[in-house]
Amino acid sequence: MGLKMVVTVKQVPDTHNLSGDAMKPDGTVNRNALPAIFNPEDLNALEEALKIKETIGGTVTAISMGPPKAKDVLKECLYRGADEVILVSDKLFAGADTLATSYALKCAIEKVGGFDLILCGRQAIDGDTAQVGPQIAEKLKINQLTCVSEIVEIDERSVCVKRSVENGYEIVRSRFPVLLTITAGANEPRSPSAKRVMAYKNVDSVVCETAYDETWFNPQSCNNVSRIREWNTQTIDADPALCGLSGSPTKVKKIENVVLTAGEVKQIPNTDAGIAGLIHELIEEHILG
Amino acid sequence: MSNFYRDNPDILFHLNNMDLSRVVALKEDDFADKDEFPYASQDLADALDNYHRVLEIIGEIAGDFIFPRAAEVDITGATFENGEVVYAKGTREALDRLKKAELMGFTLPRKYGGINMPKTLYSMAIEIISRADASLMNIFGLQEIADTIYHFGSQDQKDRFLPRFTSGEVMGSMALTEPDAGSDLQSVVLKAKQDENGQWRLNGVKRFITNGCAEISLVMARSEEGSTGGRGISLFIYEREPNMRIRRIEHKLGIHGSPTCEMQFNDAPAELMGQRKMGLVKYTMSLMNGARLGVAAQAVGIAEAAYREAMAYASSRVQFKKSIREYAAVYEMLTDMKVHIEGTRSLLYETSKIVDIKEGLEQRMLLHPETQNDLNGDLKRYGKYAALFTPMIKAYASEMANRCCYDALQVHGGVGYTCEFDIERLYRDARITNIYEGTTQLQVVAAIGGVIAGVVSERLNEYESENDFSTVSDLIETARELRTRLESAVSHVKEKKDAAFQEYHARRLVEAATDTITGYLLCRDALISDRKKKVAMAFLSKAKHRVSAKLNYVLSDDCGIMEFHGNIIN
Repeated sequence: MGLKMVVTVKQVPDTHNLSGDAMKPDGTVNRNALPAIFNPEDLNALEEALKIKETIGGTVTAISMGPPKAKDVLKECLYRGADEVILVSDKLFAGADTLATSYALKCAIEKVGGFDLILCGRQAIDGDTAQVGPQIAEKLKINQLTCVSEIVEIDERSVCVKRSVENGYEIVRSRFPVLLTITAGANEPRSPSAKRVMAYKNVDSVVCETAYDETWFNPQSCNNVSRIREWNTQTIDADPALCGLSGSPTKVKKIENVVLTAGEVKQIPNTDAGIAGLIHELIEEHILG
Repeated sequence: MSNFYRDNPDILFHLNNMDLSRVVALKEDDFADKDEFPYASQDLADALDNYHRVLEIIGEIAGDFIFPRAAEVDITGATFENGEVVYAKGTREALDRLKKAELMGFTLPRKYGGINMPKTLYSMAIEIISRADASLMNIFGLQEIADTIYHFGSQDQKDRFLPRFTSGEVMGSMALTEPDAGSDLQSVVLKAKQDENGQWRLNGVKRFITNGCAEISLVMARSEEGSTGGRGISLFIYEREPNMRIRRIEHKLGIHGSPTCEMQFNDAPAELMGQRKMGLVKYTMSLMNGARLGVAAQAVGIAEAAYREAMAYASSRVQFKKSIREYAAVYEMLTDMKVHIEGTRSLLYETSKIVDIKEGLEQRMLLHPETQNDLNGDLKRYGKYAALFTPMIKAYASEMANRCCYDALQVHGGVGYTCEFDIERLYRDARITNIYEGTTQLQVVAAIGGVIAGVVSERLNEYESENDFSTVSDLIETARELRTRLESAVSHVKEKKDAAFQEYHARRLVEAATDTITGYLLCRDALISDRKKKVAMAFLSKAKHRVSAKLNYVLSDDCGIMEFHGNIIN
């Protein structure tokens, strides 16, 4: 039968190309000013799932919470080999912080049900919090292995991974179900498949008001995925009070524009005394130590 | 992050402006696959959109994945270890990536697992990949082998072999050349004999075989004992087993990632493909024509890479307080490179389209025999054009790529001669393109017949009648002037009825003909874009003098070298 895997993916503004209007006055990201891309480490998570599918078999379900435009990243998942994709989208989700996001994703994952492995990117390049993955695991009350840079071994019941930790790595094993967060170093994500691009380029989402129906899901054939499932708060039985802005304790207090510019240049003589002076100065200014 | 398709507006220009409606209709057999395969094109617009998307994928793989590995592939190269060929790491990774992206059955029909792209798109794809790493094209571009099985193999052979090619499980090679049969393939001696069970067995040596280590090879062998000419030769499908041994691989000037093998067959079992005795005269000629188009595309890719290297270097290098690209000596080189790349690209895609139409007509007549009478004339015409344009573009593109690399290295000055810059690799890689799949000199032999027979004029008449050139009247006047000069030189040669004279001047005539056709094609491009007007102008103003010089020499009747070369090179 193979493993049932869920991958969470996010569409993010491309923070490599920041412009002046990247932030709105209220401190949230101005998504319209930046090109939207597939969060890079989520692609690494998807790639790990697809590799596992190729080696020991299984199915890959990609879930994204976001506005309708997030369909683009779900299509990218289909292009690369995901078996089914689900867009969790509702106006009630707007303004969600990591807590509200992980709550919504947890509800959706529970609806999918029966999963062995959940794979998330370590963090998204817009918020850089690395919190959503761990929070989903906590809410689902399952194990979590974060910052995974390599899957060392995997079988039908457990996975053994290499985790990056400060100053090194550790190798740990967990039984299923378990949630992994994957780092960029884990792999080089594959390119889209030409056939799948041609097959799925026009798929659109279908709003599902009713509960999850397993009968439509047949991963054996790419013919059968002809749409993006769209779920809202009702479909996933989410409590509106815990979603979006109302479910988000995080409030932005203040934003500050930090512009890095070159300051004055100081020459340090290449002598013991010169270097000692520099170190002393850095300690004084709390840069070192 | 770079996409070698998206960052190349000239390829996009052609894909957006070429009229591919007939190519698509023929290739898609009027969209017969549309309800059977989820990835089949639904209509013309959908097909064009698919073409664009497929090139996007190729462009991304080329820019982000293949290009960063090219220098390392060149340094390591394919190696020969314990009797087996080992690809460079980057080559293996790139092939795996192309395979996963389902691009290995590029031109093959969907029912065999292919993505049914026309040759025009294949040329674009090869160009894009070669710009990243020319040596990879030698393996990616070997899809011709599967294509040949598709065109000439039995149904059973197609069913057995083609899905394995399209899935990327197997790669191919074409084993034609032998130590004493290079350009002269009629002297092939590798023996094919049937044993008592009727099983064909191969004995002998093939040399200079690109990717001879592949799982499947098409082997040209002498099946008719005692025969000597081309009619005694058949083509065989050979699948790797222990009776064929790779003896060595060549150490070459360039394309290090592509293994060039010497194959020793000792009673190796093989199966006949197509009809006996048709190996050279029919199948190999078809196979080689496909491969020649591929090499032309490879050459354009290398030239594009060289131009970009030169341009980047010239823009950043400052001497005498200004960037060197501001000096006439440098900007003229850069402009010439660019103009010739664009001219060659126009001719490359035009040739590819002609081949697409020719092959499409053949397929249509096969699938719908009732169309034979209507289409026969068209097929003849396109067959004639393909036979002329293919060797023409192979010669033109490969010579152009060499000139481009030469000048691009020159723009770099001393550092271009070091291994620190990519241009030295491109310079080495380009050098094979005017040699393999038939040298330029042989392409001239293949093309001269069509030039003398007036096929060029026939095609130019079509350009004249299909386009209204009045908005580019100055340009088209120059192109017509080239044509007039060419036609008078051709009749001059014809009137002489002297085969040796024609042979002596063949290259000059073919080059003048290629310049003339390219001039017309650039005029056609100029109808669409103002920038292309300038490109056409830059091309034609120089072509006029180049062509005149060559043809004046032909008209002068001088053939001194023909007569007394023996006194000089004695």
